[in-house]
Amino acid sequence: MEKILEVDNLNVSFNTYAGEVKAVRGVSFELSRGETLAFVGESGCGKTVTAKSILRLLKPPFAVIKPESKIICNGKDVLKMDKKELCEFRGDDVGMIFQDPMTSLNPTMTVGRQIMESLMIHKKLDKKAAREEAINMLKMVNIPSPEKRIDNYPHEMSGGMRQRVMIAIALACNPNVLIADEPTTALDVTIQAQIMDLMMELKTKMNTAIILVTHDLGVVANFADRIQVMYAGEVVERGTTKEIFNESKHPYTWALLRSVPRLGSESKEELYALGGTPPDLLLPLNHCPFADRCEYCMPICKECKPQETVLSDTHKVSCWLMHEKAPKVESFYDRRDK
Amino acid sequence: MGEYIVEAQNLCKYFKAGKNQTLKAVDGVNIRLKKGETLGLVGESGCGKTTCGRTLVKLYDATSGTVLFEGKDVSKLRGKELLGFRKDAQIIFQDPYASLDPRMTIGEIITEGMNVHFHMSEKEKEEKVNDLLHKVGLNAEYANRFAHELSGGQRQRVGIARALAIEPKFIVCDEPISALDVSIQAQIVNLLIKLQKEMGLTYLFISHDLSMVKHISDRVGVMYLGSMVELAGNHALYDHPIHPYTQALISAIPEADLDEEEGKKRVHLEGEVPSPINPPPGCRFKGRCKYAKEICGQEMPELKEIEPDHFVACHMCGKEDW
Amino acid sequence: MKENHVTDMMENIPDDKFKIIGIDKDAEAPTRPRIGYWRDAWRRLRENKVAFAALIILLILVFFILFGPAISGYEFEQIDADAINKGPSAEHWFGTDDLGRDLFARVWQAGRVSIIIGILGAVIASVVGSIYGGIAAYFGGTVDDIMMRIVEVLLSIPYLIIVILISVITDSKSLGTMLVALTLTGWCGIARLVRGQMLQLKSQEYVLAANALGVAPMKIILKHMIPNTLGMIIVAITFDIPGYIFSEAFLSYVGLGIQPPSTSWGALASAAQQNFMFYPYQLMFPALMIALTMLSFTLLGDGLRDALDPKLRK
Repeated sequence: MEKILEVDNLNVSFNTYAGEVKAVRGVSFELSRGETLAFVGESGCGKTVTAKSILRLLKPPFAVIKPESKIICNGKDVLKMDKKELCEFRGDDVGMIFQDPMTSLNPTMTVGRQIMESLMIHKKLDKKAAREEAINMLKMVNIPSPEKRIDNYPHEMSGGMRQRVMIAIALACNPNVLIADEPTTALDVTIQAQIMDLMMELKTKMNTAIILVTHDLGVVANFADRIQVMYAGEVVERGTTKEIFNESKHPYTWALLRSVPRLGSESKEELYALGGTPPDLLLPLNHCPFADRCEYCMPICKECKPQETVLSDTHKVSCWLMHEKAPKVESFYDRRDK
Repeated sequence: MGEYIVEAQNLCKYFKAGKNQTLKAVDGVNIRLKKGETLGLVGESGCGKTTCGRTLVKLYDATSGTVLFEGKDVSKLRGKELLGFRKDAQIIFQDPYASLDPRMTIGEIITEGMNVHFHMSEKEKEEKVNDLLHKVGLNAEYANRFAHELSGGQRQRVGIARALAIEPKFIVCDEPISALDVSIQAQIVNLLIKLQKEMGLTYLFISHDLSMVKHISDRVGVMYLGSMVELAGNHALYDHPIHPYTQALISAIPEADLDEEEGKKRVHLEGEVPSPINPPPGCRFKGRCKYAKEICGQEMPELKEIEPDHFVACHMCGKEDW
Repeated sequence: MKENHVTDMMENIPDDKFKIIGIDKDAEAPTRPRIGYWRDAWRRLRENKVAFAALIILLILVFFILFGPAISGYEFEQIDADAINKGPSAEHWFGTDDLGRDLFARVWQAGRVSIIIGILGAVIASVVGSIYGGIAAYFGGTVDDIMMRIVEVLLSIPYLIIVILISVITDSKSLGTMLVALTLTGWCGIARLVRGQMLQLKSQEYVLAANALGVAPMKIILKHMIPNTLGMIIVAITFDIPGYIFSEAFLSYVGLGIQPPSTSWGALASAAQQNFMFYPYQLMFPALMIALTMLSFTLLGDGLRDALDPKLRK
């Protein structure tokens, strides 16, 4: 499959009064045309920062992408782009959907104009053609009577409708990559299902690659092809959706999977709860970041960073338990089946 | 009577929304909670679950209908009796950032209620604060800290400790986990269940997270646009939902399990929740319901007991051609 | 080669490093140092270089206002016929005026009046305004409506008319009269501000929580509402002070304010204006002080607003 996006050794830091917070530490991944890659993890694990770095949306000097990082999209080096190239790159190559559709739409402009704007800039369409295209886009995202809705302001629409508009804007220029940052978190369950179905339908139609940033494992199970589990700015495990849900090896992935109640489970039995809090990224971290919260923690975990172990072409995990000398532990799956 | 700790009958709460417009946030809801049980309340945003919870603990006065707490009409309570009710009925809020006063230390926040209801010496208070912090799983060190120094999960624990400090019997948990991370959610839910077992608390657990509600609740009520559409034991509700809205809602839950997801049939729900301002007569769900008939546009269906302990408000259910 | 080295290293790890020890069960103690609200605000104020510079300038000004007249070695009303309209020199640092009075002493003496009016005016207005706005917000409904209409009526009267009326009625142009005249309508703005903030706080979840705990209304106001509006009130005071200083300067300039021999920056500027063509320094120094004070208070207010806003805390 054709590689569309390559991120190599991405390091991002925030400069705060207390010091340098290393929010993303050496994240690498690849994305092929038409696939959906999900970033999963708790808040503050660096998933949103990673996604924003791809579009260079982080504000310097507060946020710094370190020089050793490399982002190649469609053969272009994103980190070396000047202002004009970046402007073309955003929208043309990569579109983005944000969590809160209310704050990411301009309240003083009709939704039609907001869609037309990017069409006119990137596709060089004239006003009339752009308007027609915008109506087509609204139709495509299943907004009823798009001819009328195009002249509405964002506040005249419901949350689900706004998120559809956001998707229309992001897809207007037919980008190769769509980054969806918690696209359904602010929406209700029934609307959430509608939006996710819509995104998947469009993905197949337009062959767009999607980066799905979310903490909702349910959404991931349904819609992602590959999953990348992130913790404290690092990728701790990556694999296909099947591999992560059915054969995961990292205790943190287990913890995530176990802490969600399943509809089939007995009620009021104790849920698995991960104790503690993620490490303070202000402090240097030369060992496994999960060591302090891991029930399988070994002395080595607190001394050295684990290497990434390759289990299959797609499945990789960074954990000392993979070491040949490490004891065999009862995995989450064995426990569950008992 | 007697068996129920909280009973709301035909509870209505309207808000004025501009000229000649009323927002019917809660419209004719009947809720009864048995002592020591957890009633889950689910629904989409704007369906009135939060308003319902707040009205039950008298943060809002009901527009009409009554709330009985241990058999007493809450709206008629004054002075000492009202204070007694305040002690017994507590609420935990959704937003762990907005629910703690940023100018007070955690210790001050927790003692606030004790100052009202108990006469305790400083020393006793300090001991009790340490006790409570321990109970909710926080280090006693935190008593001198301010809310902004805590993480979301820790703040929510403080919110729980504040409610527990005055030893209530009934707690409304208003989306206590929605703002938290998955792993932290599990911590809070475990804590709530543990406390319930230890102290015999009664919960009204409001959430839009259907799987969590199923996990914690004994019975679950589904609200849609201000009214209760279905109310049943949690297994009955999730395994055999009867109301078309409940069916759609439950099938829309994305489950974090590949085996479960395979072969799952999804009931698609078109459209969105209409505005609760001046809603049209009849069944609130008719616009999105594929079974809607003429009668649905004329009369509001009542909550009827279809099976033992399984209540549904729908004209069509049980009919032949359904 | 490099890979080999890594595997080598990994195989040489002693076995006892691979024994599961699990999680330290110590309840987590807070790791970051504790930071109180005011200390944190102070830290952020200090980081804001502009605001901090403004604060330092203000402190210097206050120092001179307190001790300036004494340092100069002259009395501010001491007339010296031999030193009329002298320019700045080693003897008279800021020069002298048309009666031979030392300007250095006079500028700082005048500063006392200006600063007192500024601070006192802003504080009185804030106290009155906060109480008024707090009451309106707390009772709400009709009470709120009536109280706010009164404020709007008061705000529509130009303060110059009030000042003139008051000085005519009381037949005095003292500092006290001026304060009364300026604050008579000056509190209205703050009343509105406080009301708005309190209305917002009223629906905050922590206030609801206090309600649910059965805390008495008066206590809720004292313990939750006022402390949480305090930051905003402080900022409002800082922004109001230059307004009062300027109003006083303006009134004195047009002759409605402080009367000789007492003086203020406005009065000094007014007196110097006649000789401005020949002795510009006489106007320059008081004008500079007015400008410097106003600018500093405004910049400081800006910094305080950022420093005290809990939403900006990290």
